[in-house]
Amino acid sequence: MSLDATDILPRAPAASAPAAPKPRRAVRASSFGYRFLRSRTALAGSIGLALVAGAALFAGQIFPGDPLDMVARPFIWPFTSAEYPLGTDMLGRDILVGLVYAARVSLAVGLAAAGLAVALGVVFGALSGYFGGWVDQVLTRITEVFQTMPPLVFVVVVVAILTPSVSSIVLGIAVTSWPQVARLVRAEALRLRDAEFVQAARVMGMGHFRIILTHILPNAISPVVVAGSILVASAILTEAALSFLGLGDPNLISWGSMIGSGREVLRTAWYMTALPGLAISLTVMALNLLGNGLNDVLNPRVSLT
Amino acid sequence: MARALQLPEGRVLRYLGLRVVQVVPTILAIVVLNFFFLRLAPGDLAEVMAGEAGSATPEYMAMLRQQFGLDEPLAIQFFKYMGQLFQLNLGYSFRNSMPVLDLILTRAPNTALLMLSSLVLAVALGILFGAISAQWRGRWPDGVLSAVSTIGFATPLFWVGLMLIVLFSVELRWLPAGGMRDLQQAHTGLAAVGDVALHMVLPVLSLAFFYIAIYTRLTRSAMLEVLELDFVRTARAKGIAPLPIAVRHVLRNALLPIVTMTGLQLGTLLSGSVVIETVFAWPGMGRLAFDAVFQRDINLLLGVLFFSSFLVIVSNLATDLVYALLDPRIDVR
Repeated sequence: MSLDATDILPRAPAASAPAAPKPRRAVRASSFGYRFLRSRTALAGSIGLALVAGAALFAGQIFPGDPLDMVARPFIWPFTSAEYPLGTDMLGRDILVGLVYAARVSLAVGLAAAGLAVALGVVFGALSGYFGGWVDQVLTRITEVFQTMPPLVFVVVVVAILTPSVSSIVLGIAVTSWPQVARLVRAEALRLRDAEFVQAARVMGMGHFRIILTHILPNAISPVVVAGSILVASAILTEAALSFLGLGDPNLISWGSMIGSGREVLRTAWYMTALPGLAISLTVMALNLLGNGLNDVLNPRVSLT
Repeated sequence: MARALQLPEGRVLRYLGLRVVQVVPTILAIVVLNFFFLRLAPGDLAEVMAGEAGSATPEYMAMLRQQFGLDEPLAIQFFKYMGQLFQLNLGYSFRNSMPVLDLILTRAPNTALLMLSSLVLAVALGILFGAISAQWRGRWPDGVLSAVSTIGFATPLFWVGLMLIVLFSVELRWLPAGGMRDLQQAHTGLAAVGDVALHMVLPVLSLAFFYIAIYTRLTRSAMLEVLELDFVRTARAKGIAPLPIAVRHVLRNALLPIVTMTGLQLGTLLSGSVVIETVFAWPGMGRLAFDAVFQRDINLLLGVLFFSSFLVIVSNLATDLVYALLDPRIDVR
């Protein structure tokens, strides 16, 4: 699973962008919007994501009616019927409609899990890096504990014990992925806590928590944004794996559960497994591209060509 | 590297000792978490057993609880649990009528076989692809390989496995779709090895797919970093051919992050193998955990969690040690 993808992604561009002389243009045009539009990866990723999110949001308008309705005869292969372009499943449900509605669950779980993980990671990381000393020692040890347990096995335990539902899945994924964010934020807070503007704030008599909120976190936001978008991607993959294993929310259809049920007819109708997998792959790819692109956009040392 | 190995042994040992001491609180915390989960699980062991039997009187339940020590105060239960773990007793799986540790140990070698083969394949191909990418940076081989690794990062492992089954087992009928051995024929000797190898091809390929992508990207960026260094320019200026430079100067110095990655990858590799073992009915630890979930065998599930966390800790320690041995600049204190 791509749970540790964030470990290497943010570092890669820094490595491929040595301190060699930079083109003038990149220095001059440093606004976020300009750089974003110039980054092909960020643009491609966000267009892909916008398509998926749009389909998920407007599923009800595009395909009114229950996605679970049996609308036609079962086992229609994709691209053989104009009415059902992606075919029907073993119960005669429209696969295209199913995919679009499942996008809601997959995206919602991904966003919620990543959001919770970022929140946890920011709190732990900021406290640990800013205060240092024994606070840091204790929090770092706690972070290590959560990093030691194999992520998927841990999520499986959490979901199995809390019984499968959207909230237990979100919690399970967040609990296993926040350490990555915590490590990033800790490093930033460590770097910033002795910066001159932070010292100035301290001398002015500003309280610790206000310094963290107004000085440390705003300056640590770039790596968190990048890690966040990649976390959404890995949360979608984890949710898919859980649903595939039969630990998804039994009341909802997600791409993973579509693969799980399609698997039963893998030998005769493999398209039922292939299509939701492609949907996952494309969405995750869009998110990864967006994350990598944002990393370049937010890193002023990378010139965008 | 030969020079690095001359590091005074005492220092390395002391470093190892320090790290082992640091690991103790981590293990303790995992034990606490495990115990917490065990208590949090809906229905205690007595209820599960009674449900199994079909009917149970309150007296019988009380007897069961007493038998398992579930009527004792929480703190006492916790210390008993911890004492058991220190004796490497992970509890008893009533579903399988076997101690949990024995169950895990019969399955662990199968998982290890799967994981190590995938890792070797992923490292070998990843380094090869990464080196090619770095060497032809910005040209078509780099483009093709980075497109493939972008796909590798984004594709669910289990789906790759299912698609490989469709292609190689259902359509082409070249390879078996699941299991570890041919159950219809009892192979012996070399034939048995060949049989297992044949069954391994698809699971190993699917598990390795994602990691090939990781190693490709890692090797590429590590090599690009080294390529900028002065000694590479010197080597070039001396007239050494590009291939020996790439292999002996650049790649060798780019190996360090790859070693780190390999050590730290074990946890996610174990996670990946849970899914892959389920897809291919591979009789390993992941499959065991999966079965434990659906048999409501919490003892066994937590046993797998604890055992695999322990493996991760050991592999992290080993990584640190290899790291210290490989790089003489690292301060081992």
